[in-house]
Amino acid sequence: MTIERFSGAELLIKALAELDVEYIFGYPGGSVLDIYDAIFRQDAVSHLLVRHEQAATHMADGYTRATGKCGVVLATSGPGNTNCITGIATAYMDSIPMVVLAGQVASNLIGGDAFQETDIVGCSRPIVKHSFNCRSVEELPNVVAKAFYLAETGRPGPVVIELPKDILIPDNTAPFVMEKDVKIRSYNPNVKGHTKQIKKAVEKITKAERLVIYTGGGIVIANAAEQLTALVERLNAPCTNTLMGLGGISGLHDNFIGMLGMHGSVEANKAMANADIILALGARFDDRVTNKVEKFCPNAKIIHVDIDPTSISKTVNAHVPIVGLVDVVIDQITAELDAVGHKPNKDDFKEWWSEINKWRALNSFSYETSKDLIKPQQVIESIYKHTQGDAYICSDVGQHQMFAAQYYPFKKPRQWINSGGLGTMGFGFPAAMGVKVAFPDSHVVCVTGDGSIQMNIQEMSTCLQYNIPVVIVALNNRSLGMVRQWQDMIYGGRHSSSYMESLPDFVKLAEAYGHVGMQINHPDELDSAMEKAFSIKNRLVFVDVLVDEKEHVYPMQIRFGAVDEMWLKKGEKV
Amino acid sequence: MRRILSILLENEPGALSRIVGLFSQRAFNIESLCVAATDEPTLSRITISTFGDDKVLEQITKQVNKLIDVIKVADLTERPHIEREIVLVKVLAMNNKTRTEVKRIADIFRGDIVDVGKQIYTVQLTGDEDKISSFIDVLNHETEIIEVVRSGTVGIARGEKALRV
Repeated sequence: MTIERFSGAELLIKALAELDVEYIFGYPGGSVLDIYDAIFRQDAVSHLLVRHEQAATHMADGYTRATGKCGVVLATSGPGNTNCITGIATAYMDSIPMVVLAGQVASNLIGGDAFQETDIVGCSRPIVKHSFNCRSVEELPNVVAKAFYLAETGRPGPVVIELPKDILIPDNTAPFVMEKDVKIRSYNPNVKGHTKQIKKAVEKITKAERLVIYTGGGIVIANAAEQLTALVERLNAPCTNTLMGLGGISGLHDNFIGMLGMHGSVEANKAMANADIILALGARFDDRVTNKVEKFCPNAKIIHVDIDPTSISKTVNAHVPIVGLVDVVIDQITAELDAVGHKPNKDDFKEWWSEINKWRALNSFSYETSKDLIKPQQVIESIYKHTQGDAYICSDVGQHQMFAAQYYPFKKPRQWINSGGLGTMGFGFPAAMGVKVAFPDSHVVCVTGDGSIQMNIQEMSTCLQYNIPVVIVALNNRSLGMVRQWQDMIYGGRHSSSYMESLPDFVKLAEAYGHVGMQINHPDELDSAMEKAFSIKNRLVFVDVLVDEKEHVYPMQIRFGAVDEMWLKKGEKV
Repeated sequence: MRRILSILLENEPGALSRIVGLFSQRAFNIESLCVAATDEPTLSRITISTFGDDKVLEQITKQVNKLIDVIKVADLTERPHIEREIVLVKVLAMNNKTRTEVKRIADIFRGDIVDVGKQIYTVQLTGDEDKISSFIDVLNHETEIIEVVRSGTVGIARGEKALRV
């Protein structure tokens, strides 16, 4: 009996199907045409054609953030690959698993400056978890299996596989052999936290008088939201989330004290600054959280749980470092609490809560409405109302991103999708498309601005081709709002290049792409227009909302200050 | 503070560039770097001489460890260890006096003259960084140095402690 042999392109698609890949997000070109031919001749894996490779990476990324499944990107050699760079970096900064299949010129041409040749492994090296130069057709399925394993385990991240054309062509064949149970001798990420450290942590937690549980994207990635909520309730502790961690505990939960950091709530930042014990779970003390590191929470002892040892004591020193999967470590902490006889008590942290409630009463997210101008905050509240708080909110980067984070309480993890680490403008729309592909029956909203949306607006064409009816809500302030805000506050009001002069007519543009366009420019119209936008189920709706261009995002940490030194509004500090 | 890191990693294409890339990307210093395959041909051993305070060193060690190709990392300077570097120095040796003097210095440092030309001597010396530096200083005082090639430091822990799979 002869063993069936396949081309590299066929092996690749077989391997993806074997790993339950549903979608490839990509764009064809010379070096990957054999892969496109193999895709054409099967139907286990679908391909979605974008209009720009960057959008393919964000689409895969959005799909992954919503589903937890590793996204797959396919791009051709040269410009196809370099166009992926921003998307790879975005995924890397937020620890999102992604496998990028990067076409390459034939092996005998590599290094000779061939047409559409770039060293994509070299270009992407600082922004990938790992990369492979696949050099033979025989090893291809195992390289794919390794790439997925690395992308999805430990601290997840993007993995690039470089595929030279000569290992994909029909006359270079091999049998399909793939070890799904991958073992890599040099890669053994920790799972459980060290028992001694868990004991130390619990000792500190049970003795704490002013405990804060500070959680990040790790809770979302590890699907640990339920465990976190149970721990928070058991300890009756206040819990704050980073921008990446929103939804880790319900935004409506009594113990949730809001997002912390640069545009966080006063109560969250005050609680951090006054805490005696901080339990950090899957968060990395980013500079947008800490403000000036030297002034960060001087009186707190820090218990830092993270899967990545490099995150621990990188910026802020941890007193009790714990390396492990955050869901596993929460279970260990809970078990240890049981073991030391800790009993939940509603009166725990009573004094601490009364202090926190005083900060809460400042109502730091309050804002003034106007008779004639739509406030951006109002728009987010209206989206919340008309989606019953159940939508996937995919945001771009800027003021609208902060407003969405502040005014849409996320009930569940994975509901809030944004580029928190890299801050990639142009991320929101393709990410929303990836989410909608995975959840066609859910409300999927791209909250964007007149700047960000134009960085990937061409994808409206993709939405028409595959019927991806997301709702785009652009908070249109005729300027680059966050840049302008900094220029107002720090650069003497000199608005250098922060205007978007000559904006297109977004309504006509949406219509030109075959979609529905709407414009709202008066507060009285907001509710009814939003209701209408969300009642249209089978078409993409672009809602262009003309908002007050002078509005700033508050509260805002004062530069080079402590975590809790903030502007409450113009001229008012706390 | 000067530190010597020993790294055991997969002998794969691209593995070295990941290490070097990491150091430049994160603004860590490299004073010298030595790399070669080990007795086990699937493994490479890198010795990096670097400097930084404890916090920086902790980050370097963790970041290097995080690279997928890396199997083990050890800070040799934490424990008793042996360091060696090899240097080849080409010097002008125009007359008898200089030749005698260069030979004498080489002998004192236990170096060897490994090549002799009409007007040049090439001297080889092994030792730790300090010894090599002072050797070069002394030679420089005596004659004109034409070329210096230093290998960078390699190192190994003393006693039974070993870096292996």
